[in-house]
Amino acid sequence: MNVRQWNRDLGLGVRFAFTGGREGWVRVLLTAVGVGLGVALLLLTTALPHMLAARDRVSDARQDYSFSYTVPKADDTLLLAVTDTEWHDKEVRGRLLEPEGPKAPLPPGVGRLPAKGEMVVSPALKALLSSDGAELLRARIPYRITGTIGDSGLMGPRELAYYAGAEGLVPHSGGTRVDRLKAFGDPHPTPQKTDPVLILMTLVVFVVLLMPVAVFIAAAVRFGGERRDRRLAALRLVGSDSRMTRRIAAGEALAGSLLGLVVGTVFFLTGRQAAGSVEVLGESFFPSYLDPTPGLVVLVAVTVPAAAVLVTLLAMRGVAVEPLGVVRTATQPRRRLWWRLLLPLAGLAMLYPMVGNGRNHGEFNQYLVVGGVLLLLVGVTALLPWLVEAVVSRLGGGALSWQLAVRRLQLSSGTAARLVNGIAVAVAGAIALQMLFAGVESQYTKETGQDPARAQMSVNLSGHGRLAAAGAEFARTKGVRTAVTLSSGQIGGTRKDPENMAAITVGDCRALREIARLPSCRDGDVFSAENPRTDAGYLAQIRTVMRPGTRVWIDPSEAEVRGREIAWKLPATIRPAPVRKDSLLTDPSGLLVTPSALPAGTAATLYGQVFLRLDESVPDAREHARTAAARIDPLAYPWTFSATEQSNRYTSLRTGLFIGAVCVLALIGASLLVSQLEQLRERRKLLSSLLAFGTRRRTLGLSVLWQTAVPIALGLLLASAVGLTLGAVLLKMTDTAVSVDWASVLSMAGAGAVVVLAVTLLSLPPLIRLMRPEGLRTE
Amino acid sequence: MSIGHTLLGLLESGPRHGYDLKRAFDEKFGHDRPLHYGQVYSTMSRLLKHGLVEVDGIEAGGGPERKRYAITDAGVTDVERWLATPEKPEEYLQSTLYTKVVLALLTHRDAADILDVQRSEHLRSMRILTDRKRKGDLADQLVCDHALFHLEADLRWLELTAARLDKLRAEVTR
Amino acid sequence: MTPPPGTLLAAEDLRKSYGPTVALDGAGFSIHPGEVVAVMGPSGSGKSTLLHCLAGIVPPDSGSIVYDGRELAGMSDTERSALRRSEFGFVFQFGQLVPELTCVENVALPLRLNGRPRKEAERAALAWMQRLEVDDLAAKRPGEVSGGQGQRVAVARALVTEPRVIFADEPTGALDSLNGERVMELLTEAARSANAAVVLVTHEARVAAYSDREIVVRDGRSRDMERAI
Repeated sequence: MNVRQWNRDLGLGVRFAFTGGREGWVRVLLTAVGVGLGVALLLLTTALPHMLAARDRVSDARQDYSFSYTVPKADDTLLLAVTDTEWHDKEVRGRLLEPEGPKAPLPPGVGRLPAKGEMVVSPALKALLSSDGAELLRARIPYRITGTIGDSGLMGPRELAYYAGAEGLVPHSGGTRVDRLKAFGDPHPTPQKTDPVLILMTLVVFVVLLMPVAVFIAAAVRFGGERRDRRLAALRLVGSDSRMTRRIAAGEALAGSLLGLVVGTVFFLTGRQAAGSVEVLGESFFPSYLDPTPGLVVLVAVTVPAAAVLVTLLAMRGVAVEPLGVVRTATQPRRRLWWRLLLPLAGLAMLYPMVGNGRNHGEFNQYLVVGGVLLLLVGVTALLPWLVEAVVSRLGGGALSWQLAVRRLQLSSGTAARLVNGIAVAVAGAIALQMLFAGVESQYTKETGQDPARAQMSVNLSGHGRLAAAGAEFARTKGVRTAVTLSSGQIGGTRKDPENMAAITVGDCRALREIARLPSCRDGDVFSAENPRTDAGYLAQIRTVMRPGTRVWIDPSEAEVRGREIAWKLPATIRPAPVRKDSLLTDPSGLLVTPSALPAGTAATLYGQVFLRLDESVPDAREHARTAAARIDPLAYPWTFSATEQSNRYTSLRTGLFIGAVCVLALIGASLLVSQLEQLRERRKLLSSLLAFGTRRRTLGLSVLWQTAVPIALGLLLASAVGLTLGAVLLKMTDTAVSVDWASVLSMAGAGAVVVLAVTLLSLPPLIRLMRPEGLRTE
Repeated sequence: MSIGHTLLGLLESGPRHGYDLKRAFDEKFGHDRPLHYGQVYSTMSRLLKHGLVEVDGIEAGGGPERKRYAITDAGVTDVERWLATPEKPEEYLQSTLYTKVVLALLTHRDAADILDVQRSEHLRSMRILTDRKRKGDLADQLVCDHALFHLEADLRWLELTAARLDKLRAEVTR
Repeated sequence: MTPPPGTLLAAEDLRKSYGPTVALDGAGFSIHPGEVVAVMGPSGSGKSTLLHCLAGIVPPDSGSIVYDGRELAGMSDTERSALRRSEFGFVFQFGQLVPELTCVENVALPLRLNGRPRKEAERAALAWMQRLEVDDLAAKRPGEVSGGQGQRVAVARALVTEPRVIFADEPTGALDSLNGERVMELLTEAARSANAAVVLVTHEARVAAYSDREIVVRDGRSRDMERAI
């Protein structure tokens, strides 16, 4: 057989695909849409590296940390204050800019620095500010809009950001960061050393999401296969031999997959445009970021059609297309177990050497990881047909609907298994990953020490003083029930460079009682607080400073930073006050001081903080509080309390996986539905005659349900087993205690069940439509 | 085939001369065997005797061929009875059936009816043959099958004719 | 209407249209227990529609169908289905055997639909298969048997519930004459011995010859040849 003959037959197949009448078109379209969905997903994946790099570039370019205290004021410097805020769970990136000379640097995407009272905003923020219901945000950012930030200064089209002009900023002055910059961007980019565990997880995520796409593409190529076989039989009748027929079939698949490439590109491009207007996990992307990596695109463009041809040739092996019809090899050899077991075992063997690596023993071998995971998951697709066959052949008994379903499965267990393979692989991978996430998550989740039940927000004020007024103003704010004001500072045993220092927390009696249990309290009292959880060495250090009756200095000078050095003679009696377990301040060890106990002028050295208890029944209580904070002190930074804080990267990986898994399940559900409908159409006549016999629609509906449910249940079972194994191995590799995340197993299994139900429900209307006596009429 | 009934049927559409009758007969039914003049006259005189036709007029010049015949009411009834009577099923009876069908069409009677009645009569015979076949030995079966297949062929022809009646009607009444 | 005494199934003035196509235009029918009635007529005449209406598969647009003193038109779809399951049997031209079930399971199907336990249903099915001389095919799938054998399996299935009326729509249509006649012989014999009525739709005279009388359907109207003559 030579190349020319191949070309001719493939070409013939391609031509048949498009000239096969309406039926042929429908088939090609189904395949193309199926393959197209897969291709779009693949293209998206190839675009990810570029997208991440593009975002990193922007993020680096507008980086505005000054790593040095010693930048002197010059005509090319700029003062910058961070005024980030939140609006209904969306982050708003805010910066105040004050040029110190004509050559002050410009942030990326900004053409001219805004003057005081003016700002340049991102288009999304501009739209948000002019929308209804954003009054509170407008009051918080009251500057006049004089321009917009260009794309080069934004992470995505939906990002909310502004740069506002300011005057009178003081560098390093208070609780809020105010830096002096010579330039934007990281002057010495030090590549962040990527966590090997994160790399491992990212790799696994890609393998897990792409495997089912491959399985799906393989299934899509076979859409409408039974009708095609009949068409091929007609070709045999007019004299094509069986090899030619196979090649013609491959040509048809090739046509479908080539069209699929086109459809996929269209899907991808449409999706890419649409990507500009959607937000994923609070992030948005410029369509231009989603540029597929050329090398990978070429790979997709070559692999997909090649795979289509290969899959068809493989599938046609078990089918003998005879001139008068299609004969599926009647006595298929019983599926053997041993080589199917080899695949997952080989996968485990590849992963095993890395067990116990953890994050401290260098990198994971990427090839071994990808290979091992791949083999384990491919093992699922190899084991599933065997499992379905083995189980289904032992099933029997039960209701008629069950019998119909079981017999159908026995006759074509391969088809059933093939359809479920995608789901099984997706679920196995997803379970393994969720387990890995759940296990590793604890390492990436920090206890904040905050108790959201005691206070819901705290506001760090930038400057010194005006604290009492701020407290009163917060208390008047709509939605705020109580405002507790506390300020804090340092005392040292000597005027300069003290050896020992201690913290002082200043507040009225009511405020101090939020921190410790005071025996009694009058203005002028001083208490000593020792948190038993505080490090013993530190406790000893502060004890030497806070001896009653001694002289101490408030705000002592340290190195080149000059303090106010206010002398203070501590009172003769300092009563100890036990720290409350639910203290508002995480570590209040030191002196608790009522305001009149301090010498005059101290207030200017203290950092103020206001704790807010909100009335959650007031809508937008948090927004009211944030706006009030901005009014009181534009540099104030309001925090929302939460008990824990997760690593952002993990949250996004986890949600990404979840979204991916849902997409894949939906895809596979679609292909299940297509084949189900095809099967129903084929059996139109039979369904009508069953109706004549008085068969209840319920019986047939149930049998469709069983027919989908049995293989999927088996697939989910196998997937769970493989997923749990893989998850355990991965956890061992990251050196984390193995624990099964049953919630995720159940939720993935539940998602699979939803797919079964959806497919059954969606195939019921056509079933009922086909179960009409009209089907009995001869055409 | 009954020539008398056929000629009567032809007269139903209007009085004709003997010569016309022969021409019409030959044209429609006498494909392979044209009717003899003598046969026409003898048949007509028999029909006259039975009161089924009457002489409508005689043209100058004399000779039997100048007589014009018309059908009587009794004649119409006779044609009707003849058409409604099924023929005894036998082999190769298409010509009679064909004549009946064409006549029915010519006289605007329901030709499908004739076919239905004939089918029923055929089936009656076929049932008897089938029954005999079921109870008989192999020889019986073969003999019966032979007859059955012939009868079936008649019926198939009948069905085909019935399906083409419209076309036939257009042709014969042209 | 009240059909004459002794009539098992009778219909009068049935009308049925599928969209603009008129399938039945005032057709009538009647059958006695143990009687075999052939429904004949050219294709497209409405034979099959008449059968579907008589069997309660399709409700007619108007007209009445009385089975055993009960009016079918007044029944719900569920009631008609139940009637078909228990009182009627069906044989079609082809495409009626469930390909994934074995032959004996196919024959047992109507009994199972009536809620009979599987073992019992299959025992009864096997007995009928014996009568139709196809019991050796019990464990085979329909795809593995010949057309004539498959049709006999279908006849066994139509008879297994011991129905009072068997509806056969071109039961020999896909068979050669020898196989066709064997199927007809077995069908009519079994029906007669069980005193079941058979409504036999066919366009073949030799098949119709197995009937006791015939009804001709033409342009949606029926003609009972026995009464006509």
